[in-house]
Amino acid sequence: MALIEAEGLEKRYPGTDFAAVAGIGFRVERGEAFGFLGPNGAGKSSTMRMLACVSQPSGGSLRILGEDPVVHGRALRARLGVVPQDDALDLQLTVRENLIVYGLYFGLSLKRMRAKSAELLEFAQLADKAGERVEHLSGGMRRRLTIARSLVNDPEILLLDEPTTGLDPQARHILWDRLFRLKSAGVTLILTTHYMDEAEQLCDRLVIMDKGLIADEGTPRELIDRHVTREVLELRFPPGEQEQAAEKLGGDVEVLPDRLLCYADDGDEVLTRVTEVGLRPLTALVRRATLEDVFLRLTGRSLTD
Amino acid sequence: MSRLPAAGGAHLVVLRNVWVHKGGTPWTMALFSVYEPILYLLALGVGVGALVGEVPGIDVPYAAFVAPALLAVAMMNSALEETTNTVYGKLTFDRFYHSLLVTPMTVRGMVAGELLWAAARALVTGVGFLAVIAAFGLVRSPWAVMAVPAGLLTAFAFGAFGLAAAGYARGWHSFQYVQLVMLPMFLFATTFYPVTVYTEWVRVLVEALPLYHAIELSRGLALGEVGPGLLLNAAYLVVFGGVMLAVAQARWATLMAR
Amino acid sequence: MIRALTYWLFRYRRTWQGTVVVSVANPLLFLLAIGAGLGSLVQGDVEGVPYLQFFAPGMLAAAAFQNAFIDAGFGVATARGRERVYQTAVATPLSPGEVMGGHLLFVALRVFVGALAFVVVMACFGLVSSVSVFVTVLLAATLTGIAPAALVAAWAVTVTDFPRLNTVFRFVVMPMYLFSGTFFSVEQLPAALQTIMYALPLWHGADLCRSLALGTATPGMTLLHVAYLGAMAVAGILIGRVTFRKVLYV
Repeated sequence: MALIEAEGLEKRYPGTDFAAVAGIGFRVERGEAFGFLGPNGAGKSSTMRMLACVSQPSGGSLRILGEDPVVHGRALRARLGVVPQDDALDLQLTVRENLIVYGLYFGLSLKRMRAKSAELLEFAQLADKAGERVEHLSGGMRRRLTIARSLVNDPEILLLDEPTTGLDPQARHILWDRLFRLKSAGVTLILTTHYMDEAEQLCDRLVIMDKGLIADEGTPRELIDRHVTREVLELRFPPGEQEQAAEKLGGDVEVLPDRLLCYADDGDEVLTRVTEVGLRPLTALVRRATLEDVFLRLTGRSLTD
Repeated sequence: MSRLPAAGGAHLVVLRNVWVHKGGTPWTMALFSVYEPILYLLALGVGVGALVGEVPGIDVPYAAFVAPALLAVAMMNSALEETTNTVYGKLTFDRFYHSLLVTPMTVRGMVAGELLWAAARALVTGVGFLAVIAAFGLVRSPWAVMAVPAGLLTAFAFGAFGLAAAGYARGWHSFQYVQLVMLPMFLFATTFYPVTVYTEWVRVLVEALPLYHAIELSRGLALGEVGPGLLLNAAYLVVFGGVMLAVAQARWATLMAR
Repeated sequence: MIRALTYWLFRYRRTWQGTVVVSVANPLLFLLAIGAGLGSLVQGDVEGVPYLQFFAPGMLAAAAFQNAFIDAGFGVATARGRERVYQTAVATPLSPGEVMGGHLLFVALRVFVGALAFVVVMACFGLVSSVSVFVTVLLAATLTGIAPAALVAAWAVTVTDFPRLNTVFRFVVMPMYLFSGTFFSVEQLPAALQTIMYALPLWHGADLCRSLALGTATPGMTLLHVAYLGAMAVAGILIGRVTFRKVLYV
């Protein structure tokens, strides 16, 4: 049985005729790391809120752990872990108290939480900060604490909304490491992100969302194979010359505001052609195609904000 | 599997608030809460009281007349303090309650919990101030002990009002309007003189105020003038609080669904 | 200094209606509830006049004093702290002294407007007997507000946490507000407390306002009160010049 099954899932907010989620279907299996990718406003967060059982679907069907979230929302929430985008930690309490109090909200005993909090602090590498007020923590520490907090009830599913947005590279890598450990321990991860490298690092399977719909679904490799070539040549030209260069070059070329992307299985071959037709790019770079290229293909030329 | 917290986890909101305040013992908290009413009791009850001859129709020193009113006001203010600004900040800026949505806590439980906490704060204030009144020798009847539980009704009524107000506030400045209502109510709801000084139509207005009933109840008990009328006062507070609680519950449910 | 004042006036454009309502409503409520309501229970005269007449000028001084503390204390601390208005201002050719002066002028203006509203309400109660009483009482109340304002601003600019302001307000301003001969005569207090009250600024402000309002002012006492309050204002400005400079030029 899939842990999560969605069919024709919709979300409309009262007072608007616009559908934040306009009918999507997907399944998440036990032990998977499943990602939602998409530009801002694609409907990722709305979907996550429905999965967290805090927002009711306006249409379609949704089953979480085999249950209907509308009927059993409260009991289901007790079995989920949620890492919200804005941490929402209790600023007036210390690091350890945040964990303990949060556990109590789940109906866990104080005694149990005293032991559990020590374990979680260790996991989040925050043991030496246990007595400190949350206000004094860095962004990365806060996010690790939020993740630790989401684990108080040993959740079967962990929902993470943009887990590394706003963190510096070091903090991101520490966080990825922790999430990877969770995954190895068998926790099902569901996350949203607009970092392609994050999706490639963490997700076994992902869906790309755009305008409330699923644009495509698959493993990162599958998506790359399906939508883009093996390699990409990035070319930069002085402002204003891009369009002409693209026309002159022909082939599978994507025009971005700041550069041209030429898709090909052999990038160097294209680069040779560039010089042959007499183009003089400011910079040229051949690289492997990434999810970002898939993303740009499927959701429009640039990140819409 | 753990069992889901009872009553939507209301008691856990209280527990969390206790933790936040654990630096201060209940008695330092009470000291802070009774400080202002003591000043008023000294200035108006004792100071101005020395100028007052007899309160028409009431056979007690002026300070003994004012003290139970200040008790009701102090408990009201404690409840309001804990439910207006504090809760608004947690609701809007800290997004504290939103962070609880993903737990098995319910919105009703959160509202009930904050109200319970406000009542607990008021209780501490009430006990503290009653002790002060007793120390001043202003207790006139054993019924005065009942003024504190009666004050809990006051705390319930105004705490529920505060939670509703916090739900509807559009910014910190919104609470100025609350002040704009509270100050005249404090001054006119027979805190400092009996309702008989008013002409007939003003009297009707004053008797419509919730604080008037809170004071009547408190004063009636403290002065030992116990009669069935007090039940009406209590009923008013229960109904007012009940309506406000329903308003707060509905409003919070809407806010949390966003 | 005028430029710094202009800034505050500019901001005030948006909120002045509300504050005018409050500055008229407050005296009206207190005069009605305490002066007239509670006063109706007071037997005989206080210091030779009916209670309302005794109470009104004291309340006027107390309100000016309290509003000045709130405006100067919380206003200055916010401008320096959360809003960082001052830091922005001293990045321009404005000096810390001008920044302080501008803000103090604004506080003085607000105190004046509040006092004006109060005296008008008093006149409606028939408590102002002539134009000269109207003017002198208005000026006296304004002085009662300005005197602490500078000192409070000089201190508030160094304060970074609001709870400290609240503590001072509760434990210093509130007792002064209630016991400086505002609600009842200082002479009712025990002798030791009386002496303390005589040493505090609000008693001087209240006595100044009351003696002018009731026509019982003597040149000697009036001079003493004005000198006391004036000296306090000057001291505040001198200290403020130092603290503002220290805090803003770091």
